[in-house]
Amino acid sequence: MIQLKGISKTFSGAKAVHALNNVHLHIPAGKIFGIIGPSGAGKSTLLRCINLLETPDQGEVWVDNVRLDTLSPKELRRARQKMGMIFQHFNLLSSRTVAENVAFPLEIAKVDPAQRRLAVAELLELVGLSDKANAYPAQLSGGQKQRVGIARALANKPRVLLCDEATSALDPETTKSVLQLLKSINEQFNLTIVVITHEMSVIQEICDLVAVLEHGTVQEWGPVVEVFTRPQAQATKRMLRGTFAANIPPELLDRPSQSRGPRRLLKLSFVGDRAHQPIISHMVQNYKVDANILFGRIDQMKDLPFGMLVLELVGDEERLSQAVSFLESQQVELEVLA
Amino acid sequence: MLQQAFIETLTMVGASTAIAAVCGLPLGLILACTASGHILEQPVINRILGAVINVGRSIPFIILMVAVIPFTRFVVGTSIGTTAAIVPLSIAAIPFVARLVESAVFEIDRGVIEAAQSMGSSPWQIIWKVLIPEARPALVLGLTITTVNLVGYSAMAGAIGGGGLGDLAIRYGYQRFRADVMLQTVVLLVILVQALQTLGDWASRKLSRR
Ligand SMILES: Nc1ncnc2c1ncn2[C@@H]1O[C@H](COP(=O)(O)OP(=O)(O)O)[C@@H](O)[C@H]1O
Ligand SMILES: [Mg+2]
Repeated sequence: MIQLKGISKTFSGAKAVHALNNVHLHIPAGKIFGIIGPSGAGKSTLLRCINLLETPDQGEVWVDNVRLDTLSPKELRRARQKMGMIFQHFNLLSSRTVAENVAFPLEIAKVDPAQRRLAVAELLELVGLSDKANAYPAQLSGGQKQRVGIARALANKPRVLLCDEATSALDPETTKSVLQLLKSINEQFNLTIVVITHEMSVIQEICDLVAVLEHGTVQEWGPVVEVFTRPQAQATKRMLRGTFAANIPPELLDRPSQSRGPRRLLKLSFVGDRAHQPIISHMVQNYKVDANILFGRIDQMKDLPFGMLVLELVGDEERLSQAVSFLESQQVELEVLA
Repeated sequence: MLQQAFIETLTMVGASTAIAAVCGLPLGLILACTASGHILEQPVINRILGAVINVGRSIPFIILMVAVIPFTRFVVGTSIGTTAAIVPLSIAAIPFVARLVESAVFEIDRGVIEAAQSMGSSPWQIIWKVLIPEARPALVLGLTITTVNLVGYSAMAGAIGGGGLGDLAIRYGYQRFRADVMLQTVVLLVILVQALQTLGDWASRKLSRR
C-alpha cells in the first residue's frame, strides 16, 4: 500500500540534521504498521514524508501505486484528500464546532452541503460524539478532541490513516479507548494505519507490524511478535528493556541456588496458543524433575498472548537433558541461562 | 457645533478604518503567507513588502499628512476638510493594520495549518477557511487598536483643517480660551475611545471560542 524507497532527508541549519538516511519501508494494505523510536529518531519526519508534508531529498514515495513525490501541487492535494492524518495535539480549528471541523475536509473536497451533513452525522456516530456536534474544541476533553480528529481524518474515506503520536497527550485510560477505536476502524474499513509512537504499549496493543527507527535509520522491522520476542537490533533490545517479558531481573541470575545437585536455569518464551498449554506440567509429570518458577509474566500483544518464564529445573543429569529436549521440541523459545 | 465636530470625527475615523482594513488585510495576509516556512513562502516579495511597510510606519503622522497633500488633492480634489483628512489617515493606518494582521496570523498554531494541508487544502482555501477565521478574534482586537489610534490621529488632522473634535478643541478651547469647549471635547474623546475599546473587547471575546 505504502512504499518508501531510499528516503533521505537532511535539515540544513546552523548544524545540518540528517533526519532520515536511506529508509526503505513497505507497509501492506489493511495492516496497522507501527514505527517506534526514541524522541528525535526521525519518526515524524518519516510520517510526514508519506503525505509529502515534508519533501524528501532523495527517494520515492508510493501510495496505492501512485508515486507522490513527482506529482504536481494540484495532483498532490487530490492525493492527500485520500490520506487522513491525526496529530498529537489534535490540531482542530478552534473557531469551528465539532461538526464543522469534521465537515472541513469535505468542504476542501467540494462535497455538496447536503451530503456533507449526512457524512458528518455518520462520522460523529462512528466516534461516539453525536451529542457534541455543536460544541467547540475548547469544551472537549483530550480524548474527545482526538475522536474529532479521527472523524475528520476519515471524512473523505481515505485509504490510509497516518497517526503522529496520536495518544501521547492522553492519559492511559483515554489512550486505551482511542487505540481501540483505531483498531476497530482498521477492521471495519480495512484501512491501512501507520502509527508512530515512542511508547511500546501502543505498538503492543494495536500493531501488526513494527519498524524500529533510530538515528534516521530503520534498525529492524517485521511482525510485532517476531520483533519483540526475538529482537535483533541493539535499539530494539534497549527499548524492550524493562517494558515486558523480554527481560529478566538480573538479581535472579546471581542468586545462589537453594538446592544442591544438578540444575538448569531456563528462560522460556511463549507466543500465541502455546501460552495457554500446560507444557510445564507435562514436563514435570513425564520427566520427574522439579521445576521452580523464579520469574514469569504474560503480556498481550494485539490479540496474541505472549509470556515468559524463568524456570529452575532440579533433578539428575539425564532427566534434566530429557526435559530440556522436550521443551525444545515444543516450539517454545528456549534459552538455557545456566 | 460640538455635535457637528463629533460627526466629523466619526466620519474620519470610520472611513479611514474601513479603508485601512480593506487594504491592510490583504497586505498583512501576503506578508504572513510569504514569510519563510509559511504556505506561500516568497522571501523576495516578503522582504520588499516588509521594507515598504516599515517605511510607512516610521514616518511621523504630521509629516505624512503634509507629504501626501498632492496625492490627497489628486484623489479627492482638495487637501482641506474632513474628506481630505481621510486620505492621510488611511495611508497611516494601512501599514499598521498590515502588521497587526501579520502577527494575528503568526499566532495561529502551525499544526492547524499543517492539518489543513494534510487534508489537501489549497493555499487559497487555507487563507479563507483557516487563517482568517482562526485569526478573527485577534483581528478584531487589532482593528480596535487601529480605530483608537485613528481617533488620536484624527485630532491632529483636524488641526490642519480636517474638522472634527481636535479642530474644535484647538480653535475654540485653545486659541479662544474656551475652557468649557476644551473640556467637553476631551470628555467626548475619552468616552469615544472607551466605547470603542469596550465594543472591540466584547466583539473579540464573542468571536473567540478558546
Ligand atoms: N523543520 C525542521 N527543521 C530542522 N530540523 C528538524 C525539523 N524537523 C525535524 N528536525 C530534526 O530532525 C530530527 C528528527 O525529528 P523528528 O522527525 O521530529 O523526530 P521524532 O518525531 O522521532 O521525535 C530531530 O533532530 C529534529 O530536531
Ligand atoms: Mg515526533
